Amino acid sequence: MILKKYSTSITICLALALFFTIVQLGISGGLISGYWVTNLYLMGINIILAASLNLINGFTGEFSLGHAGFMAVGAFTGGIVTANLGLPFPLAVAAGMLAAAIAGVIVGLPTLRLRGDYLAIATLGFGEIVRVVLMNIDYVGGASGLMGIPEVVSWPVIFISVVLSLLLIRNFICSSHGRACLAVRENDVAAQMMGVNITYYKVLAFVIGAALAGLAGVLYAHYYSIIQPKEFSFMLTFDVLVMVMVGGLGSLTGSVVGAVLLTIASAFLQAIPELRMVLYAVLLIAAAVFRPQGLFGEKEVTLQTFKRWGGVFSGLAGHKQAD
Amino acid sequence: MALLDINKLTKNFGGLVALNNFDLHLEQGALVGLIGPNGAGKTTVFNLLSGFYQPSGGEIIFDGKNLKGKHPHQITKMGMARTFQNIRLFGNLSVLDNVKIAYQSVVNYGLLPAFLRIPPFSRREEQIEKAALNFLEIFDLRKYAGEKARNLPYGEQRRLEITRALATNPRLLLLDEPAAGMNPQETHELLSLVRRIRDEFKLTIILIEHDMSLVMGLCERVLVLDYGSLIAEGSPKEIQQNPRVIEAYLGDEEVAVWEE
Repeated sequence: MILKKYSTSITICLALALFFTIVQLGISGGLISGYWVTNLYLMGINIILAASLNLINGFTGEFSLGHAGFMAVGAFTGGIVTANLGLPFPLAVAAGMLAAAIAGVIVGLPTLRLRGDYLAIATLGFGEIVRVVLMNIDYVGGASGLMGIPEVVSWPVIFISVVLSLLLIRNFICSSHGRACLAVRENDVAAQMMGVNITYYKVLAFVIGAALAGLAGVLYAHYYSIIQPKEFSFMLTFDVLVMVMVGGLGSLTGSVVGAVLLTIASAFLQAIPELRMVLYAVLLIAAAVFRPQGLFGEKEVTLQTFKRWGGVFSGLAGHKQAD
Repeated sequence: MALLDINKLTKNFGGLVALNNFDLHLEQGALVGLIGPNGAGKTTVFNLLSGFYQPSGGEIIFDGKNLKGKHPHQITKMGMARTFQNIRLFGNLSVLDNVKIAYQSVVNYGLLPAFLRIPPFSRREEQIEKAALNFLEIFDLRKYAGEKARNLPYGEQRRLEITRALATNPRLLLLDEPAAGMNPQETHELLSLVRRIRDEFKLTIILIEHDMSLVMGLCERVLVLDYGSLIAEGSPKEIQQNPRVIEAYLGDEEVAVWEE
């Protein structure tokens, strides 16, 4: 009985453990080349970025373009904690997420009163301000960047961070608080009349998204060891936005798939960076024209989906009914 | 004590007086109709009551408390609910979720239980689900529970909006043209629905409506607004015979001729 109740969770845990072990063996056995290990880590970081941006843009329906800014806040705060202060990595994670969350409150409170385009412009401005300010602070190395950050990020760290981030977002969305965010997206006037404090929930989603972007930043800093402010430009936000749009606004599965697909695509296009941005732009336009809801729309792929597919396939085989 | 006291309520939009010195006193359990030509200020009254507008003058005392400076979500928690002239459902969410959101102000839990799925998360969620399904059952919407709200037939959407409003556990319900766009059959069903919810939920209701058969069939008292001012108040019968009301609706013949 208990086994049945938790069967879904057990299946998912087993699948995740299996996936983790296979990749870990592949890395330690040298089957996955260094280049692809880097891309694998980037994939993880991008999944966290895309999923957290989706929480703001897809689930709560606000249009933020400040994700690179929050990531930069996390990356530099984390870098200061480990490189400049010599404190351990877990503290860097906590500090980076907290700093990004605080930045989220500071930016979110005034700007979330704005709607649509105006919010996009305000958050875009925030990202640029962070970048330019960091360039002019000597304590973090100015334009040449912060160096000597310990390279502590490994496959287990990335894997656990991604799983926990996705779990956190999923739990949030499937709670009464997440429903309130969805209500804000669907109709903010009606949401207020249902007792939803819309300012609170807009800021809350924004802050959670910012904190997770901060986490992605900390991981990024502790993988590359050197971070420069110019890496956190609008282009980075744009990359993440394309992942979210291609995967589907309002679908966590979509964000994961979008992040994986586009990380692989840009890995193959590494030799011709000019073409990469062209491809991204074309993808964004194509998504907007042909499939505005993204690959997944608002749907999620769960174990149930696989069971349903299984049912369809066995049904097809048994009755030869193609419907 | 009266449930609602509106004293000299006024709302200006720039130079336009949308509502002028409006008074209304409601006892618990009253069912009043608010009628008037388009642009008379009926919805303005609702927007002031539910906190979407702040009054330019006058005051609203609801359940003994002044509503000045209160936000809509706070007013909902105090026990007021409303529906909208143009239906405002959460279209892409399921019918069940539409009702679940109403429990935001009734049953809730903190962020930590939500993130970590620790108690009281499961217990509260079960409680919410049970109550929401129960509401859907009462209003005959259970069969649509998993359906997206926007895919419902028009009449059912109206009913869902009312159901959702009731799930916030209000004492005062504001219905803004619930029969708009309904056919006579649906209007008739709505009539019995409104009667039923008043009796079963012991509600006080203010109804804005253009469908006179509905107003006359339901309300004990009718208020007539024209150009932001109250021009008549009384029983449906009195209102029907009031010359000022007829004038407001049909126009004054002599003036019209003279102006030509």
